[in-house]
Amino acid sequence: MATLIENVGQKTLNHLDYVGGFSIQLWAVLRAMGASLPFVGNPYRWKASVGQMLQIGVSALPMVGLMAMCSGFILAMQGASELRRFGAMHYVIDLVAVGFTREMGPLLTAIAVSGRSGSAFAAEIGTMSVTEEIDALRVMAFEPVEFVLAPKYLAALIMVPCLTIASNVCGILAGGIFMFFTTHLSLGLYLHYVLTSIQLRDVISGLIKSLAFATIIVHVGCLEGFRVHGGPDAVGRSTTSAVVKSTFLVIVADVIFTAIFYYFTGKH
Amino acid sequence: MAIISIRNLVVEYDARRVLDGLNLDIEPGETMVLLGGSGSGKSTLLRQILGLERAHSGSVLVKGIDITRCSQLELRLVRRSIGVAFQSAALFNSLSVKDNVALALREHTALAPSIIDLMVWMNLAAVGLADFGHLHPQELSGGMKKRAAVARALALDPEILVFDEPSAGLDPIVAAELDELILLLKKAFQMTVVVVTHELPSAFRIADRIAMLHNGSFLAVGTKEEIRSNQHPRIRQFLDRVPDKMGKASEVAASFEKYLRGEEANP
Repeated sequence: MATLIENVGQKTLNHLDYVGGFSIQLWAVLRAMGASLPFVGNPYRWKASVGQMLQIGVSALPMVGLMAMCSGFILAMQGASELRRFGAMHYVIDLVAVGFTREMGPLLTAIAVSGRSGSAFAAEIGTMSVTEEIDALRVMAFEPVEFVLAPKYLAALIMVPCLTIASNVCGILAGGIFMFFTTHLSLGLYLHYVLTSIQLRDVISGLIKSLAFATIIVHVGCLEGFRVHGGPDAVGRSTTSAVVKSTFLVIVADVIFTAIFYYFTGKH
Repeated sequence: MAIISIRNLVVEYDARRVLDGLNLDIEPGETMVLLGGSGSGKSTLLRQILGLERAHSGSVLVKGIDITRCSQLELRLVRRSIGVAFQSAALFNSLSVKDNVALALREHTALAPSIIDLMVWMNLAAVGLADFGHLHPQELSGGMKKRAAVARALALDPEILVFDEPSAGLDPIVAAELDELILLLKKAFQMTVVVVTHELPSAFRIADRIAMLHNGSFLAVGTKEEIRSNQHPRIRQFLDRVPDKMGKASEVAASFEKYLRGEEANP
């Protein structure tokens, strides 16, 4: 019994330690973000941010687009198989359009970025910790949070919402292609119905979610990297941990945000 | 006045005392070698001198500033006067050797790019890597990486140059070349040099004074001759390369036999 209580206590302390580390890191990076901004910040950090934007955003675009297209088809087909029985095929348009802008677009993008970039952040920073590069930065009078993390966070804050919009477009487009082949609905008319079914707040709520997801992915990935101690095996563990934790936290955050939007607007 | 002054320094990890009340003064312009076996606490002491870890108690004064208690801004200013060549070189793999050396100059000074290029070339030439600046660290040999790390450490013309195990993992010829480089740099730039090592030939070649660490305490601090003639049993054992007491072969064999028969839990 004593061992059980000890274990529960130790696990609780570990989780509190993680939350504390996450909060301290978030505060530190918010203070250091100014250095990464264009024109007013350090030009080398901004250059690093642009490099990160290419890696997080542009390189991920084909994968996110393809995932969104597939999911758009799945959503449309699953919806159509039920709605057809009630003669309500036109509701497939609402399902795809609203489903993607509010939910599927941000979530799919977050999962793709988490698997692609979150793991890369953990591996990069973990390797830097193991090879003493983080210590080298400190003794060269650089702040690792400003040097390594801030450009990644700024890039993610810009690129994850952009990818989310691209994901929404691809998913909705897939729905349009499905509707064209099943009901011969023209793409122009489909887009007209899409624009009447979604509202600006649907898009904005999705983008707010995507900003929260970007924060989770970058901070979990980097925190896992900074916490690496030991050898290359520890880097491998941190990479796996970064993907698992960030995906889990993204879904938890999604529930919380959806609940908030549901209770505040009564529509989500 | 000492450029580095360590007073009653105590470091503990999980209630295990790693450094036990150390006192040491390093004078400007001298080469101090921190000598000791594995686990003696020399790397921990180095990390304290660099302000990379928090001490349990005591103080480390670098240029009169107590880096165990100073602000982050003061610590950053102190660090700009220290150049460090890490054991693993710790070069940034995403940057070329030239950019590794230029990094601190670009970010901490307002020098024109042409001046920075010239300074980078001079630093690389000083360590014999003038023609290798365009390469990335992964394209260099072990000895070249260490020399590139020295060039990077020299970038801001530091008052204190710190080497962590400079000869580790190098063949005797390259290690000797690195020793000569340290001597040459000290003569040319009049720096204070702190070297952590367990390599005896290297230590006795480059040191002005040697501090011998064992179990987190200094056994002796003195000149090369003083250390050589010291009769402390542990220092003699270290210098004469005598292994710790081991069991006799027959006793070890008997112990293993017992273990295999299940009569002993651990041989």
